[in-house]
Amino acid sequence: MATFQLTVNGQRREVNVDPSTPLLWVLREDLKMTGTKFGCGISACGACTVHVDGVATRSCIVPISHIGDRPVITIEGIGNDAVGRAVQDAWVDQDVVQCGYCQSGQIMSACALLKSTSRPTDQNIEESMGGNLCRCGTYPRIRAAIKSAAAQINKGGA
Amino acid sequence: MPGLRAGVLVSAIIVSAALWASASRFAGAETASTAQGVAAWEQVYSVLTSPRCINCHTATNYPQQGDDRHRHVANVVRGPEGKGVPGLNCAGCHQETNADSTGVPGGHNWHLAPLEMRWQDINDQPLSSAAVCRQLTDRSRNHNLDGPGLLKHHEEEPLVKWAWDPGRRPDGSARTLPPLTHEQFIAATRRWVEAGTPCPTGR
Repeated sequence: MATFQLTVNGQRREVNVDPSTPLLWVLREDLKMTGTKFGCGISACGACTVHVDGVATRSCIVPISHIGDRPVITIEGIGNDAVGRAVQDAWVDQDVVQCGYCQSGQIMSACALLKSTSRPTDQNIEESMGGNLCRCGTYPRIRAAIKSAAAQINKGGA
Repeated sequence: MPGLRAGVLVSAIIVSAALWASASRFAGAETASTAQGVAAWEQVYSVLTSPRCINCHTATNYPQQGDDRHRHVANVVRGPEGKGVPGLNCAGCHQETNADSTGVPGGHNWHLAPLEMRWQDINDQPLSSAAVCRQLTDRSRNHNLDGPGLLKHHEEEPLVKWAWDPGRRPDGSARTLPPLTHEQFIAATRRWVEAGTPCPTGR
C-alpha cells in the first residue's frame, strides 16, 4: 500500500492503495465516484474513459502509480467547462441514452474530440469515438449530439 | 646510359607490380567488408522485423499487437501524427513505462512510426531485407540519419530500447523479445555502419 495525492475534478484527494490498482477502481471504490463505469477491463470498450491531463484515458488499465501529478477529470466534473456543458446538453436534447451504461465514457471521448477539433467531420467522429462501444447501438444519436454540441460551441452558445 | 634506362625500367616494373598487388589486396578487403556488412545487416533486419519492432512500423492506418501481429484492439487508428486521434490517443493507454499489473506496454512518446518508415506492405507482410535496408538508408525517409546517426538511434532511442524491456502481457507472461540481445543488435549495427551500410541486392 502507498499514499497517492490526486487532483480529481479540481479537488485534492488522498488515497492509500496498492500502487498497481487501476485508476478506475480508485475512483469508484476509494473516492466513491461511480459515474465512471467498468466495462471490459482491457481498454477495449471505452466505458471507463476519463481525462488525465486532458487526454482521454482508459482508467481500467492505468495503475494509480502512473498518474503522478496530472489532473484527472471524470464524468462528475466534465460539465464544469463550456465544452462539457454543451456536450451534456446535446446528449439530453438528442435523447442519446438508452440503457446508459456506456454513456459516461462516450461523453468523455466526445469532449476530448471537441476540445481539439471544434468542427469535427464524420471521419473525425468515427475515428475518435471508434473505441467506445454501445451495445444499445446509439451511435447515430451520438453522432448527431456531437454535431449539435459542435454547432453550439462554434456559435458561442457554450 | 643503357644501364640506367634498364634500371629505371626494372624499377618501374617493380613499382607497378607492387601497386597492383596492393590494389588487389585492397579490393579483396573491400569485398570482404561489404559481405560482412551485408551479413551484419541481415542480423539487424531479423530484429527490425520481429513483432516488438514491426508492430508499429505498419503500412496501414492502425498499429498491430501481439506476436501474431493482429490489429490493435479498440479500433485504434494512426491519426495525423501517428499518435492516434483526440478521443483515442496512444497516450490514453500507453503511459511512460510498462504497466505490468494491467499488461499494457508503455514508453516515452509512444507512437507509430511514420508511413515513410513502414517495414510492411499493405497486407501486413514484412518487406524484403533489401527493401527495408534501402529505406533505412534513404536519408529522405529516415530523418536524415547517416550511418553513425542510425547507430545512435539504435543505441539510445527509448522506443527502440523498449523492445528489450517490453513488460508483461495481461495474463502475466513475459512478452517475447527480439531474436538478438540489445548488445548484439548494437554490435551488428556497428559492423554494418562501419562497412558503409551496404544493402543486399534484389527487390
